[in-house]
Amino acid sequence: MTITPEQVQELEHKANDIRIDIVKMLAKAGTGHTAGPLDMADVFTTLYFHAMKHNPKKPDWSDRDRLILSNGHICPVLYVTMAHAGYFPLEDLDTLRTLGSPLQGHPHREHLRGIETSSGPLGSGLSQSVGMALADRIDNGKTSGKFFYCLMGDGETNEGQIWEAAMMAGKEKLGNLVCIIDRNNIQIDGFTEDIMPLEPYVDKWESFGFHTITIDGHNIEEIADAIDQGKAVFEKPTMIIARTISSKGVPAWERDYLWHGKPPTQEELQVALNSLEK
Amino acid sequence: MLNNKLKLNENIFSEDCEKKATRNGFGEGLVLAGKANKDVVALCCDLTESVRMHHFKEAFPERFIEVGVAEQNLASVASGMAAMGKIPFAASYAMFNPGRNWEQIRTTVCYNDVPVKIVGGHAGISVAQDGGTHQAIEDIAIMRVIPRMEVIVPADAVQASVATQAIAKTDNPTYIRLEKQKTRVITTEKTPFEIGKAQLLWQPETMSARVGIVACGSLIATCLDVAQYFEEKGIGIKVLNMHTIKPLDNKAVLELAKETEHIVTVEEHQRAGGLGSAVAELLGEEQPTKMKRLGVDDVFGESGTAEELLEKHGLDFEGIKTAVENILR
Repeated sequence: MTITPEQVQELEHKANDIRIDIVKMLAKAGTGHTAGPLDMADVFTTLYFHAMKHNPKKPDWSDRDRLILSNGHICPVLYVTMAHAGYFPLEDLDTLRTLGSPLQGHPHREHLRGIETSSGPLGSGLSQSVGMALADRIDNGKTSGKFFYCLMGDGETNEGQIWEAAMMAGKEKLGNLVCIIDRNNIQIDGFTEDIMPLEPYVDKWESFGFHTITIDGHNIEEIADAIDQGKAVFEKPTMIIARTISSKGVPAWERDYLWHGKPPTQEELQVALNSLEK
Repeated sequence: MLNNKLKLNENIFSEDCEKKATRNGFGEGLVLAGKANKDVVALCCDLTESVRMHHFKEAFPERFIEVGVAEQNLASVASGMAAMGKIPFAASYAMFNPGRNWEQIRTTVCYNDVPVKIVGGHAGISVAQDGGTHQAIEDIAIMRVIPRMEVIVPADAVQASVATQAIAKTDNPTYIRLEKQKTRVITTEKTPFEIGKAQLLWQPETMSARVGIVACGSLIATCLDVAQYFEEKGIGIKVLNMHTIKPLDNKAVLELAKETEHIVTVEEHQRAGGLGSAVAELLGEEQPTKMKRLGVDDVFGESGTAEELLEKHGLDFEGIKTAVENILR
């Protein structure tokens, strides 16, 4: 699905609006994760407003593509993007992490229609995506036209289960599986290469049987092209390593791992809005 | 006397009573479940023949998935398949499934509320020679505390087959616990089975019952031997097969406690957290009753024969008989 310059510009504006709502939502809740949601806004926008086959009015439509968010803590970007796409009213964003809210601190499938799986405990999303992709292949063959998008964090891939699932995705040659890793180089305790080095990252994924593509995770055109390429690779699963800058869009917070798991205060919100509303 | 309404194997007390492992019954039941429903799929962690999944693999190769030695992945791949409408049976040894992958079962199966059937093979100390590393005696405890999870421990191979077919028809996450060794077949295919409904296998012929034994798994056969022994001594016993630990058949336990005023629980599991605990939790709140919980008392297993280990932990005929005598003192 070739993307036009006009579409790119429209998606860039949409991603910026989503970032604004993310920081507002987090500041209001006074709890939640900031860095990952901001840096994945471009990827989520491209998926929900360009690449993915889905229908916000029919979240249970059986032929929809599936988006499996493995690193559930970045759900603020999932919630805001879904609200913008029409899954639920924007006002509900004010209820994040409160009692009875559909927007649980980490996503829960039963609390919000349109969420494919509950997540938060790291490392299990790729396994679930493998299971879904396999089940679809059993039922509908290799050309069902459904795609399974698994979104992961880079720090999350410290988990051994990720590599159990990676082996299986490679073994099963799941051409209907397109994964995107938020390669923002940070995790809670610091920089990924200090905590538990991931490089050579591309080599790792390729050796497990993935077609890999490294992109600028903030370039809408590159994101859209990489997803197209992933869908076109028939004989193996695809891993898109999206190079991102944590807390992208708010220069004062960018690359600082301390923003992984805290929300902005009201004062910090103004700093963010001054950057994002330019 | 055996409860003739349950159409049990009348040969149970004879030397030539058929012996068969519950894992074998599972393997046969899974093929029948697969025939009945094309959405039944089976996943295994490099133990396909050992957990008797090879029959399913031969019958439905396109619905069998070899996961390799990766139990965490097993549970979550099964969760993903269930989210797409499958009824996955995910198998390994109980020590690793649910032993190693508890959190994946909790979050990706139960919290997601998908109908994955966790199959834990080689459970209990009667795994014997393999030693303490492989003797899962904590699995009932860690499964029954998870919301929505149902826990089934078949008493024999026939019941394992029937239970496997039954759980394939429910929408609930389920744990089914299987044993390695051949044990007496006490039920028949005509024995009624309902998830969550205990079976009163033995009741006194004429006298009143003074002790109620509540047991799960193959030890139920030994409990029947004990009941028969006391019948001859003039002491009435009732034996309840609690094949479903969760949801527990509260009504059956409460009635038994009220009638007998003495309850002995028997299981190849830690005394903490298993069937005995489930019964004690209920009785403690609803019907305080004199009780003895037989099981492994806060230690690990070890190598030996099944007979030696059951004797050591008081789970053989003598051990159960002594417990009944002691509780009546």
